[in-house]
Formats: sequence, C-alpha cells, structure tokens
Amino acid sequence: MTTETTTRASASGIARPEIRPTGLLRQSLAITRRNLIHIKRMPEMLMDVTIQPVMFVLLFAYVFGGSIAVQGSPAGYREWLMGGIMGQTIAFASFIVAVGLTADIDKGIVDRMRSLPINPSAVLVGRSISSLLHSSIGILVMSVTGLFVGWRIRGSLAEAVLAYALLLLWGFAMIWVGILVGSAMRSVEAVNGLMFTTMFPITFLANTFAPTDKMPHGLRVVAEWNPISSLVQAVRQLWGNDIPVPADAQLPMHHPVITTLIWTIGLTLVIAPLAIRAFNKRTQG
Amino acid sequence: MTSLAIEAEHLVKRFGDQTAVDDVSFSVPEGSVLGLLGPNGAGKTTTVRMMTTLSKPTSGTARVAGHDVLREPDAVRRSMGLTGQAATVDELLTGRENIRLIGSLYGLSSSYVKAAGSDLLERFSLSEAADRTVKTYSGGMRRRLDLAVSLIATPRVLFLDEPTTGLDPRSRVELWEVLRGLVKDGTTLLLTTQYLEEADQLADRIVVIDRGQIIAEGTPLELKDRSGKASLVLTVSRAEDLQTAAEMLRQRVSEVHVDEAARQLTAPAEGLRDMTRIAAVFEDSAIELDDLGLKRPSLDDVFLHLTGHRAEDTDATTDEEQAS
Repeated sequence: MTTETTTRASASGIARPEIRPTGLLRQSLAITRRNLIHIKRMPEMLMDVTIQPVMFVLLFAYVFGGSIAVQGSPAGYREWLMGGIMGQTIAFASFIVAVGLTADIDKGIVDRMRSLPINPSAVLVGRSISSLLHSSIGILVMSVTGLFVGWRIRGSLAEAVLAYALLLLWGFAMIWVGILVGSAMRSVEAVNGLMFTTMFPITFLANTFAPTDKMPHGLRVVAEWNPISSLVQAVRQLWGNDIPVPADAQLPMHHPVITTLIWTIGLTLVIAPLAIRAFNKRTQG
Repeated sequence: MTSLAIEAEHLVKRFGDQTAVDDVSFSVPEGSVLGLLGPNGAGKTTTVRMMTTLSKPTSGTARVAGHDVLREPDAVRRSMGLTGQAATVDELLTGRENIRLIGSLYGLSSSYVKAAGSDLLERFSLSEAADRTVKTYSGGMRRRLDLAVSLIATPRVLFLDEPTTGLDPRSRVELWEVLRGLVKDGTTLLLTTQYLEEADQLADRIVVIDRGQIIAEGTPLELKDRSGKASLVLTVSRAEDLQTAAEMLRQRVSEVHVDEAARQLTAPAEGLRDMTRIAAVFEDSAIELDDLGLKRPSLDDVFLHLTGHRAEDTDATTDEEQAS
C-alpha cells in the first residue's frame, strides 16, 4: 500500500498536510479520549456505576439486610454483600458498551470514523477501553462505599489484587456481550429495554444479594451455575469475606476462581466472533 | 489533460434479493463537481458508501484519486473526505475538539491540526462558537462544522451526501457559497441531492439515478434541453373566466392544460414573442389576469419527464422545506 509521507502540492497548488500512518493504539486512545470527554460533559452518565450501586448497598445493607441471615461472615451481611454488588456493577459493563456503541452507530459517528485511514478495530478498542475505565470508576466508588459500611479486605494483598483483576477480566468478557448487543439493536431505547430485562434477573438470580442455600432446589442449581455467582464467590473468598460453602453446593461454588477464569475465557471465545460479525454486518451494509 | 478524480465502474449492490444499486458507472474529472440526483431510496447513499469504502460492492469497483476502493481502501481514505447525510459531528465535543479528534485520527500532527483547524473555523464563521459544545449549534452551523472536519486533511476529493437536507433556505445558500469556494481551490466534489435546484446551482455534470439505475446524464443545460420547451403559465382572476380563457388560448396554441383549483392555464410556448402575443389577446378582452409568465423547464420538469414521477414525491421532509 502506498504511504503518502511527503507534503505534496495538488494541481492547483494547495499544500496538503502530511498524513502519517498511525497505529491502532494511538487511534484507540484518541477515541477513548473522546469518550471520556463525554463523561466529563455529562457526569450523569456515571450514575449507573456510582449512585445506583451505592443505593443498592444502602438498600440491601440496611433495608433488607436485617432479614437476610448470613452466618459465618466475619462482619456479617454488609461485608458479604459487597462482593455481590461489585459483581453486578462489572456485569453492567456490557450495558455501558452497548449503549455507547449503538448511539455512535445510530448517529453516523462510526461511519465517519470508518471513512478515515484508521484500523477499523480502533472504534471498538476505544469504546472498550473507555467502558472499562467507566466500570473501574464504579468499582472504586464501591470499594470506598464498602469501607464506610464496614467492609474490609481480610485476605493477603496478592489475593486482593487477584480479586480486582478477576473483576476487570470479567468486565473484558462483558465488553463482547456489549458489542454484540450494541451492534444488533437499532436504538439506545432498545438496548436499555433488552439489558434491563436480561441483566437484572441474571445478576439477581445468583449469590449476589442473598445466599443460595435457602433457594428452592431448581433455582439454587441455576443460581450456583450462574457465571456471576462464580465471580462473586471468587472475590468474596479472595477478600476473606466469604462464608463456608455448604457441602451440597454445586461444583462452581467449590472452585470459584478457576470457574470464573473458565467462564470468562469461554464466554469471550464464543461471543467475541459473534460480536465482531454482528458489528461488521451492521456497519458494512 | 485532466485526470479523473472519481471513477465508478459497474457498481452493483444487492441486499438480499433487492438490488439497491444496479450497474452504475460514471467518472468525475479532477476539480469538477458531479451532482448525483435522485429521490429518496434511489441508491445515492449506497453508491457513496461503496465509493468511500464503507460498503463493499456486490460487483464492480470504483477508484478515488486513482486508488481502487477494494484493493487500496486506506489510500482512498487518505485522499477523500466524507460528509454524511446527518451532520455526523459529536454533540458533546466542542467544534474545536471535533476537528482535533478527526485530525489526530488522520495522523496529522497536533500543531498542524491546531493551526489548520483555527483557519477552517474562521473560514466557516465558527470561530466564536469554536469552544462551545456542538449541542448548542444550529443546523447550519453543524453542517459547516461537519464540512470543516472533513477538510482538516485537505482531501482531494470530497463526498457530500445530501449536504443541505434539513437546512433552511438561507443556510442552504450559505453552504453553497462555501462549496463553490472549495471547488475554486481545486477540490473535486461529488454531492448527492434530491433538490434539483441544488444540482443545478453547483454541479458541472449531473447523473440522475432512480431505482438504482442511471437514467440520464449530462450538464444541467443538456438535461433541461431534453425535457423540451418552455411553457406559458396564465392565472385568471375570476374562476368563471377560466373556461373562456382556455377557449381563447386554444385558438392560438396547440395544447392547453387547465388547472381549475389554481385557476391556471399552461400551454407550450416558444419564447417571449409568444408571451407578448397572448398578453395582447387578453389585454383586449374582459378577462382579468392575475399573472402571466413564461416558465422555462426546471430540473424538476426534467425529472418528471425522465421518471414519470416528481423527485420530491417520496420525501416528506422536502415538503416542509418548500413551504418555508
């Protein structure tokens, strides 16, 4: 491919600027920067990872918490709850990606970027980086909120770091779900509708807010095999906030860290190709 | 010898069993303006998407600034700018930030983008609004910014997909001025439009496209010549005079069309002489006229002549436009 690196004059004598080929990283960062300006201009975009989960913490810790018995957690229900809220917050990374992507496709921003001499993946990579940053802000806010309501990390530093890493890894897998949904849906309203009706039940039908052992048997099996439960159980264990796992719990509950890794890799392997196909199909028509 | 800035060669695009673009070929010499004219859904946008590497042709190909869209898409993207149908500027960024984003994606140095961006904003009368978010811009300002953004890398070829759709008449005329300035500087333009007047105003050559196929091609003058003669349009003041007036006219010209609702008579005419002759006839009669005029064929008539339907029939937004 020809690379035009010199300033050349057209027939009519206009100087044309030098166009230097740039890499995927620089392009993605330019797009990330743009997405972060959006957050700066519309801080209410962060409500989904700040006010909403904080509200959940307060609601569950103080309203429902009294009636949810958690035996064995060092500091009771409030500490046990934090892992669940964090799991839910990071699962919603898919939501953030989907909404942002659909809006950009809908407004023609994606087309405009694809008409530029850039790597077409930069649009998705930029969107993913900014969404992970967005979710990370949520995780940070949750950690601080947690400290206020009595949550503490009781494990080693390495384990604590591993727990945060698992959350981010899970967020990475969720990005692909977001790209898939964002490419398939025609409007932000449709994304909202779909994500609310799926992500809420999925994140509730798990060990996020209440222990699974009191659930009816069928429901309990589903909840314990729910990938969110593995993630939540893993971070609780790594932070030392967990309660003893009942012997009759499903397999993932006994090996949550490894199951979480398998789930994230598996989900990514299955969903990423579908997501890329959906995105290409949507934008190259 | 002038070289060709854009060449479309037998472009075809099918979506399922629907053919959106059906064997479209044309070429645009460097420094000239081509108007791609057609109603909504004629295949204009799909054609532009194929020529700007956004969509892969089912068959056929195109070259932009000498680069093949299929084999050298990156070279094509480096030599062209695209202004899409809706002004695709980022609402939450300021005008300056929009230019900066696209400039840095092009791989231009930030010092260049800064200087050239300020020049462009100045040129499009956006200097004052440069540091406001685009959300606060009017439709015309957004369009101008969209153009400024497309011009940051000084592309040789600029594609404009319905650049004035949704603009009020004044902003539209302003935008035309801007586009004429670009052409004077040597930029090649391809613009799609459903406004015949726009193609007439700006284009050196017009390609008329309907249902995915080219149905006519030529300079605006050539196209107007095709649809035949001028016509005489006469409006009577009182509705009861309409039939009498029509009779009087029929004695002098071959064919008279009566529009009762508008109290209007239309007849073919050769030129001004016909008009003065008819004016004299009515001068001596008791029939009062509101209006008498000679109407030269517009591109609207051309379109009607070529396709059997009006260019703007299919689009509701255009009606608003004409009412304003």
